[in-house]
This record gives sequence, C-alpha cells and structure tokens, in this order.
Amino acid sequence: MSLFFPSLRNKPAAAIAATFVVAAVLIAAPFIVGTMGNAGVRALAFAALYVMLALGLNIVVGFAGLLDLGYIAFYAVGAYMYALLASPHLTSNFPALAAMFPQGFHNSIWMVIPLGAAVAAFFGVVLGAPVLKLRGDYLAIVTLGFGEIIRIFLNNLNAPLNLTNGPQGITLIDPVNIAGVSFARTLDLGFVKLPSVYLYYYLFLLLTVITIVVCIRLQDSRLGRAWMAIREDDIAAKAMGINVRNVKLLAFALGATFGGVSGTMFAAFQGFVSPESFSLMESVIVLAMVVLGGLGHIPGVILGAVLLSLFPELLRHTVVPVQEQLFGRIIIDAEVLRMMLYGLAMVVIMLYRPKGLWPAPEHGVNPSTRGSAKAGATG
Amino acid sequence: MSAAASDAPVLRAAGVNKRFGGLQALADVGVTIRRGQIYGLIGPNGAGKTTFFNVITGLYSPDSGSFELGGKPYSPSEPHKVAEAGIARTFQNIRLFPEMTALENVMVGRHVRTKATALGAVLRTRSQRAEERAIRARALELLDYVGIRRYADFQARTLAYGDQRRLEIARALATDPKLLALDEPAAGMNATEKLALRELLSHIRSDGTTILLIEHDVKLVMGLCDRVTVLDYGKIIAEGTPAEVQRDPAVITAYLGGAHAPAPQTLS
Repeated sequence: MSLFFPSLRNKPAAAIAATFVVAAVLIAAPFIVGTMGNAGVRALAFAALYVMLALGLNIVVGFAGLLDLGYIAFYAVGAYMYALLASPHLTSNFPALAAMFPQGFHNSIWMVIPLGAAVAAFFGVVLGAPVLKLRGDYLAIVTLGFGEIIRIFLNNLNAPLNLTNGPQGITLIDPVNIAGVSFARTLDLGFVKLPSVYLYYYLFLLLTVITIVVCIRLQDSRLGRAWMAIREDDIAAKAMGINVRNVKLLAFALGATFGGVSGTMFAAFQGFVSPESFSLMESVIVLAMVVLGGLGHIPGVILGAVLLSLFPELLRHTVVPVQEQLFGRIIIDAEVLRMMLYGLAMVVIMLYRPKGLWPAPEHGVNPSTRGSAKAGATG
Repeated sequence: MSAAASDAPVLRAAGVNKRFGGLQALADVGVTIRRGQIYGLIGPNGAGKTTFFNVITGLYSPDSGSFELGGKPYSPSEPHKVAEAGIARTFQNIRLFPEMTALENVMVGRHVRTKATALGAVLRTRSQRAEERAIRARALELLDYVGIRRYADFQARTLAYGDQRRLEIARALATDPKLLALDEPAAGMNATEKLALRELLSHIRSDGTTILLIEHDVKLVMGLCDRVTVLDYGKIIAEGTPAEVQRDPAVITAYLGGAHAPAPQTLS
C-alpha cells in the first residue's frame, strides 16, 4: 500500500488506512455525484480516462523528457482499433468480410484491449524511430505533425476504400461486454442498481489504478532511472552505458500503449468515434494536464488530469444558469469562457508554481546551509 | 583468469590519428596502461589530451589507430558500448543527473551491469526485486567509498562542488570499469579538495582499479601517477615515470617556452 503513499513508507498501517479511505471515496463518488444526474458520473468516467492518458504522456514527457505534441494520435489509434473491430462498419462496407463474418465484427474487449495497446505501441515506435536525434522544440514540431497526419488520415480514408468513414466517423460501436454483462444496460445487483455510466466509471477506475501501479513500478526501476538519466543529460547517460536509442523507443512505445488502451475505452464508452475528437487541441490539453500538475511526478499528473477534465464540466453546468439568473440571457458561451479560463489558469500557475501544482519533492538543501542539515538521511 | 590475460595491459592504443580539417589533433599517439597503474596524460592547452580521451571513449571516431582493452581487440564505437566494454569516464565539466538524488545517480551507473526488463519491473518479479536490492546496496557502498553517503538522498545539484566530483567518480565506479578515465578531475578545486581527491585516487588504485588521468595540474599528476605521457600539438613528446618526464627538456620547453631554462625542480 505504501506504493501509493511513499511518504507513509515507514507507517504501513497509515498507508493501508489511507488507501482504504481513497478507495472508499472513489467507489462512493458516482453515488454522491449521481444524485445530480448521470452527467456528473460521465464527467468522472472521462476524468479517469484523462488520468490514464496523462500518465501515459508523462512517461514520454515527464520521465524521458521527450516533448510530444502528437500524443492524441495514439488515443485515436486505440479508438479506431476498437471501432473497426466491434462495429458493423467494416462488414457493411466489405462484402467479402461480411461473408466471412455473417454476425459482423463483435470482438471481445479482452482481445481488443491488448490489440489496441500493441498497435499503439507499434505506432509509438514508428513515431519514435525517426525522431531519435531530435530534442526540445524540433521534437515537438515533428510529433505535432505526426498527430495531425494520423487525424488527417482518419478524416480522408473513406475513399477509395472506406476504412474510416471519413469525417462522419464510425457509429454503432459495441458497448463493453464482460462475462455476459453488457455495459450498455443498467446492472441490477439486487441491493443496488448500477446504470451504464456507473459501470464504465468503475471499469475506467480499475484501468486507471492498473496504470498508476505500472507507472510507479516503471519509475522505480532500472528503466525508469535510465529514462530520467537521458532526460537530465543524455551524453552522461551514454557514457554510463545506457543505450539511449532503445530506451527512448521504449518510452514512446510504453507511453503510446496507455494512449491506445484509453482510446479503446473511449470508443466503447461513446459508441461513436470521429476524427474531430483527436484534434491538436486534445494533445495540448493532455500535455497541459501533465505540465500543470507536475511534470514527471505521478500524483501531480493525476491531480492535473482530474482538475483540467472536471473544470470544463463544472463550467458547463454553472456558467449558463448563472448568466441566465443574472442577465436573463447568455452573454458568454461556456466554451469561450472555458478557453479563456484555461489560458488564465495556465498563466497563473506557470507564474506562481512554475514546476506545477504538485511537483516532485525537493531533496537536499543549499550547500551553503548544509552544515545544519540532518545527516544520514539514507534510503 | 589466465596468466596471459592478467599480464595484458588494461588499455593499449597505438598509432592513433585524428584530424579536424587542417588541424592534426592527434598524430600517431599511443599509450600502454598496465593493471593497477595511475596513468597520467598531460600537456599544455590544446595539446590533444581531451581529443585522445574522446577517441578512446567513443565520442570521436579516430582516422586510424588500433586498440586493445584487457588483451582483447577493442574498437571504441558507440559511447554506450564503451562503458559495457569496461571504460568508465567522468567529464571535465561535471555532468551529473542534477535532479536525481546522489544515490540514484550511482544506481544509474549499475545499468550496464544489470538486466531487468520493463516487464520484470511491471510484474516486480523475484529476480527484479533481488537485482534492485543489489543495485541499491552497491550504490550505497560506493557512496560510502567516496565519502558522501550522508548525502545519498540529496539531489545531485545541491551537493558541493568537490562532492559532485566524488559522486561522478562513484557513478563511474558503479559500472565495474577495467579502466577509470578521469578528465581533469581537479579542475576548479581548491588545495584542500585536491588533497582529498589525491587520497581518493590512490585509494582506488590500491583497491585494484586502473586509472587514466588527464590533468592540467602538474603537481597532482607528478605526485600521483605511475607513468606519464606528455602531449604537445597532438604528438607525444615524452613518456616515462614522473621523475623522468620532469627532467625532459622537451617537456620543460613545452610548458614554459623555449626562452626560459628553469631549474627542473620548479615542476615538482
């Protein structure tokens, strides 16, 4: 349990208690938020998806220090992967496939999640290989281009072969179905009824917890240290025998994996995907979550993702009623205000907390005052 | 280990040439470094010391030259393979991983001698956990060895200058090098720090690690090294024990200019 609360490493009982409290709050959350309607629970489910995305991007940007502005492409790859393998789109457009699969494509989520992860990882390497020698701004420009290329492909691959159905997107995507329980319908457990959106929330929560565990374990490993070493000084890292090329490719591939998995979940949850969900703006927002929360610091990234994904929802449900109350009409659209406040929040946070809302803790003190520092603080 | 292998020099480089445009940075340079030696490479500014250093650590590729490491042919190609082959280096202007703790810096040095994969880390397999414990124990031991264990959990950038040098040496030692190559480790140090560095280096030698020392500080080199090569304008002008080299007129000329004829002991 101290995995989640490293500051409580020496107090296992407190760590277990803290984990139980957090778990109880997260499990109870939809029932509390749900009293005001399903939209709130939906927002929570999306927050979980964004946490997954942000943690995946954090591997690339936070751990390995590779600025990636096209991360949403992997989300798109995962989403289209699921959309194509669990919707009537392919069978209705390709009679040959329809003949082979008379029931249509309805692949199990257990097959699509690993497949989505693998294909996204493959795309991660495809992006990573040509940009190995690039750093900083140059890397950002190329990854930005990559993200746009994927989106434009999805937008235009409706002719000559209709693979993606172009801007109309793919509809009628199967909901998640685990052990015969369809997530599209309310699940009646007897003592409690779980509407569809609650089920998705719990599924995403589970995947998010897995993501967090994987990220923490990677961070505290030989590979995690190698990532941080190349982020800090790649010449010194090479001199220490780190194969910078392979380690960077692994960062791109593993980061992309999380993007791909959250993409498959997004497609199943929405039942519909179209290229406009994967615009550059989405990449920027996920990056903003990572940077505003605390680059490279897992709890910070989670905080950033939760705040920045819930904040617009909150606005959507307050701005319009408040304006109607005050002025009797809507003066500023919620969407416009959202971008304005987003920008303002970023400027303020970067001014007052340049390392993010919850940055990695500082270790050690200034050498000039070190005489008074406590000695023997070894881990 | 066979007798032949233990007698073989740790590093033998012969006929190394490197040209940058019109400048012959290295002309037919060769060294033979034997086990347990501190081997000094000195010379005035621009003599080619760092170029030679960068050639044997794989940062520059030589125009010609042959190399042997521990009796086996060795071609310094990619820098990360150099550490694996057994040469660990430090940098003239310290290159630590500043935001990582001192302990983590040394743990990175163990990278090349360990092999846990990403999957092993995610699943926390038994072998991965055992390896991780061994890495940590060895890193703490090395911090202790260079005398900065009390700063193990401090970020590297918060350490004092002399301690950063020590940390860099600990990180290099973590790769279990056959040859520890130090690029001007005394640069920027005050007299006390230099004395402490000298003690540390002779300690490392007595524990059996061979050291190649590139240094500006003639006093440090003369007091510490078993053999010295003097470079000037990319050529070897003298080679031998410190005492021999010190008396060499070519060396005196290179360092002090031909017009002066100072007494040799001014160099000691």
